[in-house]
Amino acid sequence: MTALAGIRVIELANERINYAGKLFADMGADVILVEPPNGDPSRSYPPFLDNKQGPNRSLYWWHYHTNKRGVVIDLDDNNGLQQLKSLINTADILLEAEPRTRLERLGADYKDLAKTNTGLIHIAVTTYGRKNPQSDLPATDLTIMAASGPPWSCGYDDHSLPPIRGPQQAFHTASHFAVMSGLTALLHRGIGDRGQFIDVSMTAASNISTEAATYSWLVNQGTVQRQTGRHASVQPSGETQQLCADGRYANTGVPPRFPHEFKNLYDWLIELKLDSELPEAIFLEMGANWEGPFELSKIGEDDEITAIFSAGRAALQLIASKVAAQDFFTGCQRAGLSVGVVNSPEEAFEDAHFKARGYQVPVLHDDIDREIIYPGAPYAFEKSKWSITRRAPHLGEHNKEILDSQ
Amino acid sequence: MTETSFSPEALSNFRICDFTGQLAGAGATKWLASFGAEVIRIEDPVREGRWDILRGGSPYIDDRRGINLGGAYNNHNTEKLGITLNLREEKAKEILTRLIQISDVVSENFAKGVLEKWGFGYEQLKQIKPDIIYVSNCGFGHIGPYSDFRTWGPIVQAVSGLTFTNGLPNEAPAGWGYSFMDHTGAYYMAIAILLALIHKQRTGEGQWVDLACTESALSLHGPTLLDWTVNKNPTRREGSPNSNRNKWPAMAPHGIYCSAGEDEWVAIACRTDAEWNRLADIIAESWCQETRFGTLTERLAHQDELDAFIGQWTRALTKYECETLLQTAQIPVSAVLKPQERIDIEPSTQNWGLWPEATHSEMGKVRVDGQPVHLSETDWKITKGAPCLGEHTDDVLKRLLDYSDKEISQFHNEGVV
Repeated sequence: MTALAGIRVIELANERINYAGKLFADMGADVILVEPPNGDPSRSYPPFLDNKQGPNRSLYWWHYHTNKRGVVIDLDDNNGLQQLKSLINTADILLEAEPRTRLERLGADYKDLAKTNTGLIHIAVTTYGRKNPQSDLPATDLTIMAASGPPWSCGYDDHSLPPIRGPQQAFHTASHFAVMSGLTALLHRGIGDRGQFIDVSMTAASNISTEAATYSWLVNQGTVQRQTGRHASVQPSGETQQLCADGRYANTGVPPRFPHEFKNLYDWLIELKLDSELPEAIFLEMGANWEGPFELSKIGEDDEITAIFSAGRAALQLIASKVAAQDFFTGCQRAGLSVGVVNSPEEAFEDAHFKARGYQVPVLHDDIDREIIYPGAPYAFEKSKWSITRRAPHLGEHNKEILDSQ
Repeated sequence: MTETSFSPEALSNFRICDFTGQLAGAGATKWLASFGAEVIRIEDPVREGRWDILRGGSPYIDDRRGINLGGAYNNHNTEKLGITLNLREEKAKEILTRLIQISDVVSENFAKGVLEKWGFGYEQLKQIKPDIIYVSNCGFGHIGPYSDFRTWGPIVQAVSGLTFTNGLPNEAPAGWGYSFMDHTGAYYMAIAILLALIHKQRTGEGQWVDLACTESALSLHGPTLLDWTVNKNPTRREGSPNSNRNKWPAMAPHGIYCSAGEDEWVAIACRTDAEWNRLADIIAESWCQETRFGTLTERLAHQDELDAFIGQWTRALTKYECETLLQTAQIPVSAVLKPQERIDIEPSTQNWGLWPEATHSEMGKVRVDGQPVHLSETDWKITKGAPCLGEHTDDVLKRLLDYSDKEISQFHNEGVV
């Protein structure tokens, strides 16, 4: 059983919402991707199969359109428009990121569609929402991010370097909210039978996904400043990113705060025979034998507590400089410290933990007779099946089976 | 479902027995509460709910400090009810058992095994209520070699590759200046809860969802991972990452450039030759006409030089001057907005209603994050701030669990609540 079996989603192809469609499709919805006659532009986005450009070779396309069926419909043609309307009449959800007024001009907006399909849930994703003409301005993932806050908080201690954005994440964040609101409306419809229109603002989605940058301003008008590899902060904070012996980085997170953490760290230092290289080791031992709670607020005031906490940081720095980042990560975690290795995506993907959880998923591409390994489920359901049973569609691959049957 | 009547609120028929905290968990149930679900947060009275480090933490609205005055906690827990249960006491376990019996979902983001230790692991939950939905959310999930490892947002981002992909060549990873994966982990948790509720609505079955934030994070690399599995192209290579540039598709110019003023920046992207030509007309300098910048292929081959020229040009303008010029020419552009600018100056967020004022029992009215969607029939509502510690204990015990005033008073005296 899949959670969304029998739920039909019509997705008007657009890079801004392709991930939302995938999230629906991978949980069992019947997602029908509608493309214009020349195909969606993202069919030609890199990277490519065997690094060679060509039809059906875009790995970008493969990833974002798993489990979907594809049809070609020309919305600028009257027959095409009727085909689309008929198709939407069979659907539970319309997912689109069209220019703000296009569907209204075509007579295919929610108010038109709901006349014959009262249960329809229409999810419209635009830059600033359907009511705001700013949504008509050209925008990309980068400019949406810049307008919404994330880059202000991301970058380096050196502010002569530019703020940094996380690629594609404005599209992903908007897609998450498209799915959350679509599912919310589905649950509501499950009780009352009524569909509705959902207006998703991409800039609003990233605006409320910036943690302290937003609430520091809302609560007491503080402005965070970006710092290398750690939280942007109103008050500067200590570095947390550590270069390890193999040239890779680790994030040291929260340094030791409890006696058992100091003890584990001290024991590890001895195991590595590094205690003689750390004059402050004595303070680690003191931390290990500390009785009662540490008063963190006394760091900087109480000499003993300050020395113990400094020794914790110094020990982490010393060990990191002597071992590989992965060993630093697992060693710290075994000592009870919340530390992480800074993996590249492929290093993470090949890690034994994710393999053990079944995150590498083979998918047969019948058209090239090859099995391709895909990234797996973002959540592990006990009963609602997540799977990839179908590769991304070729252009118009399912025209006959879908449009002829209407 | 706890009731079957129709309601103008999308999720008012659902009750969540909520152990979540911080942002990765609390952010998920905030979504549900803002659409009318009855979210009952359960906290430990002995430790005054301090497991959630945000409870009494900064930012603060004034000089007052205290366990009820954390600004972030207030932001992430609007519209929820708050009760305390001292689960070291048998009577508290009885109360929790009764609460689970009338709930649809038990949600938590503790380290693996915490709820089990208290006697409320998934097996026990099913005995209490066979169709319960149990959604756990922790960094590495409850299954796998790292399931005992501890994380918070930056650690999830580091291990999953999201820190690595944000940065400039030959620099340390810039990563995220906030817990992107606490926000996004919360969104996945909300999606998981909603999907499980739909599954139950259609089949009557409950289930467990084991959410590993690192796995949700890995999913955000999509094409990068296929480029690895299919072509063995790694992201750890010379010149990579360079995250202000665009890979899918490649664009040039594409970046964040320095503007006039202190730490002021503007983002510019040219998707097509036509957009580049319009930008070149605006800049109107001789270098724009050089053949090395004539086509996308040429511009990509000389992107460092191109960026240096663009940066010289943007430096002479304020970010808003640049934005206006490029917008007029229909070129993708945006000033890099600071918190004050996007919250209080740029009108779109306020017009959207993105910063609703929530009333907190001790803090009074405070603006918080709203939701970036509007639903035509059952929109979200955020008017109540986060609960103070145990603020709704008596109400929930009396109204939902039928305890008498006398029993409740006894629970207080015995340290049960």
